[in-house]
Amino acid sequence: MDTAPADGLITSAWLLIALPLAGAAVLLLGGRRTDRWGHLLGTGTVVAAFVLGLLCTLQLDGRRLDVDLFTFVATGSLDVQAGLLFDPLSAVFVLLITGVGALIHVYSIGYMAHDPRRRRFFAYLNLFVAAMLLLVLGDNFVALYVGWEGVGLASYLLIAFWHERPSAATAAKKAFIMNRVGDVGLALAIFLMFAQLGTVSYDGVFGAVGTLAGGTVTAIGLLLLLGACGKSGQFPLQAWLPDAMEGPTPVSALIHAATMVTAGVYLIARCAPVYDATPTARAAVLAVGAITLMIGAIAGCAQDDIKKVLAYSTVSQIGYMFLAVGLGPVGYVAGLAHLLTHGFFKAGLFLGAGSVMHAMDDDVDMRRFGGLASRMKVTFVTFGLGYLALIGFPFLSGFYTKDAIIEAAFDRGDGWGYLLGGIAILAAGLTAFYMTRLMLMTFFGRPRWEPGVHPHESPSVMTAPMVLLAVGSVLAGFLLVVAFPLEEWLTPVFGEPEAAEHVVAPLVVSILVTVVMALGVLTAWLFVGRREVPVTAPVRVSPVTRAARRALYADAVNESLFMRPGQWLTRALVFVDNRGVDGAVNGLAATLGGSSSRLGRTQTGFVRSYALSMLGGAVVVAGALLAVTAG
Amino acid sequence: MSLTHYLVLAAILFTIGAVGVLVRRNAIVVFMCVELMLNSVNLTLVTFARASGTLDGQVMAFFVMVVAAAEVVVGLAIIMSLFRTRRSASVDDANLLKY
Repeated sequence: MDTAPADGLITSAWLLIALPLAGAAVLLLGGRRTDRWGHLLGTGTVVAAFVLGLLCTLQLDGRRLDVDLFTFVATGSLDVQAGLLFDPLSAVFVLLITGVGALIHVYSIGYMAHDPRRRRFFAYLNLFVAAMLLLVLGDNFVALYVGWEGVGLASYLLIAFWHERPSAATAAKKAFIMNRVGDVGLALAIFLMFAQLGTVSYDGVFGAVGTLAGGTVTAIGLLLLLGACGKSGQFPLQAWLPDAMEGPTPVSALIHAATMVTAGVYLIARCAPVYDATPTARAAVLAVGAITLMIGAIAGCAQDDIKKVLAYSTVSQIGYMFLAVGLGPVGYVAGLAHLLTHGFFKAGLFLGAGSVMHAMDDDVDMRRFGGLASRMKVTFVTFGLGYLALIGFPFLSGFYTKDAIIEAAFDRGDGWGYLLGGIAILAAGLTAFYMTRLMLMTFFGRPRWEPGVHPHESPSVMTAPMVLLAVGSVLAGFLLVVAFPLEEWLTPVFGEPEAAEHVVAPLVVSILVTVVMALGVLTAWLFVGRREVPVTAPVRVSPVTRAARRALYADAVNESLFMRPGQWLTRALVFVDNRGVDGAVNGLAATLGGSSSRLGRTQTGFVRSYALSMLGGAVVVAGALLAVTAG
Repeated sequence: MSLTHYLVLAAILFTIGAVGVLVRRNAIVVFMCVELMLNSVNLTLVTFARASGTLDGQVMAFFVMVVAAAEVVVGLAIIMSLFRTRRSASVDDANLLKY
């Protein structure tokens, strides 16, 4: 885990962040003058960052390199050096962010072609890429936190991109506030590290984790997990992610599927030394992952909004990744491999969904789709490949990486291992069910289009990225697991892989997962494919369906536990303020005002009565003096 | 004549003055009553000065006279302007300064 000073091209790794940031600055400050070529500049900076990232990665050669930039904060005992850590872990994230990011920028040129605010859109996307790169490249927790907040801001701006729609504005607020809950956890974890260790750099913290008391490490681990849950849409903070689909579809693909929501997985993998020292927090990560992957899969089965299905699928798949990194050293690589392949096929699926929406006049209700396979051949094929990759069709990317996670779960060897593995297999079946349902409702069956809708294939500027991502969805798993194992690439970060003792033979797991997947597909065909799909959602449904439609009442729980009591508290405080505080102040003022006006009545204007009171006063004073001197 | 006679005379004069200030409406008369009260006090001061054989009381009486003269100037001027504006010298008519 030793770092060396950077050399060669990697010394200019700061350009990775600076390029998109400069793009965002030019587009935001340049105003309308940049309207004509703004999207090209925005795409160009990300493509340039990708090329630079690729060259840096080729030079990396399994080292961990530190790029010192400048002193960020130096006050008292807090000394934060702004620096970048370019190691195999951040390298794969840089390639994912800039690679998928560049494809989605290209796609957005077509998708946002008719939007009057396209330049602004590209500015926000560039801002996001810059913040996300800072998040994964920073060599200390403060840099990570700055990037963490930056992606939160970009996510907020982009969800609310069509802010004239109240639902989009509300969804953006919801995302921002729920993220804030997680961010407080991350901030507290950083405070705790500084208070206990006096440093916030990765090397400093991870080197000294062993000297901390067990309770402190557990607290840091749990607080980091809270931060990760907020950003990654994990239980109990998962409710914002499906609502975030109000943003334009490229945003959903880039931020809310491929990159930003995986920041939590990055955080936990990066903080592996912390979790190595605290089994409690690691078990919490496992529990969060297992719960979330089930919640997401169940909710995904009952949604009619094509983007919501994909959103719950994202929640569920990130649950898999949390499960994997919660398993400890055996799972880190599996989780990260799934993160990378998921980045490919989920981004591809979202871009396909965007293409479908483009064809259907921005309709998202799958009950009004149907029969699109023949009208949109490229979208159908690319979406279908992403679908097969996601459900884990043999030898496509999801097959390799999801199986690796399930194997790692079984390899725990105890009862919990079997439970977690069982949950993961069950969720794999559910994944197959809801994705097949989506495919059948969208591309097959009788067209149920609204009158006046004429589906057409999207322009090639949109389909080209979809094709590239589909190729990635097919090959990424094979490349990352078999051809160029991610495990070896990440050895400098996580150490030599242990020789796994398989409790259940990998072949058995693969067969089991494939059978369950096939059962899911078959069930979906029995429920959806065989019958006519009603254009309006049936009202008389089982309680399970009703619960799944409402995402297992996550919103209801949040509202009754947090929102309503908050509103009551606000109302009570307003009442106390109006009646209590204002009442006291106003009452005192009224009393004083009334008594002074009553006193004023004695000022009659008659000089002689004044004279009388003067005389009376003089008599009283004289009498008092006499009484005093006589006494 | 003993000290008592002077003091009783002064008390009577003061009482007349005080009652006059309180009951009369004409500003000129009220003013004269004030002068009467001042002079009754002067009488008291001079009486005690003579009785004690010191000059302090007499000096005080001169001060009172000087101040009274100045006060007469200002007071009469006010009464004059009051009369010019309101065609009346009644103190009850000059009642604008009230609640």
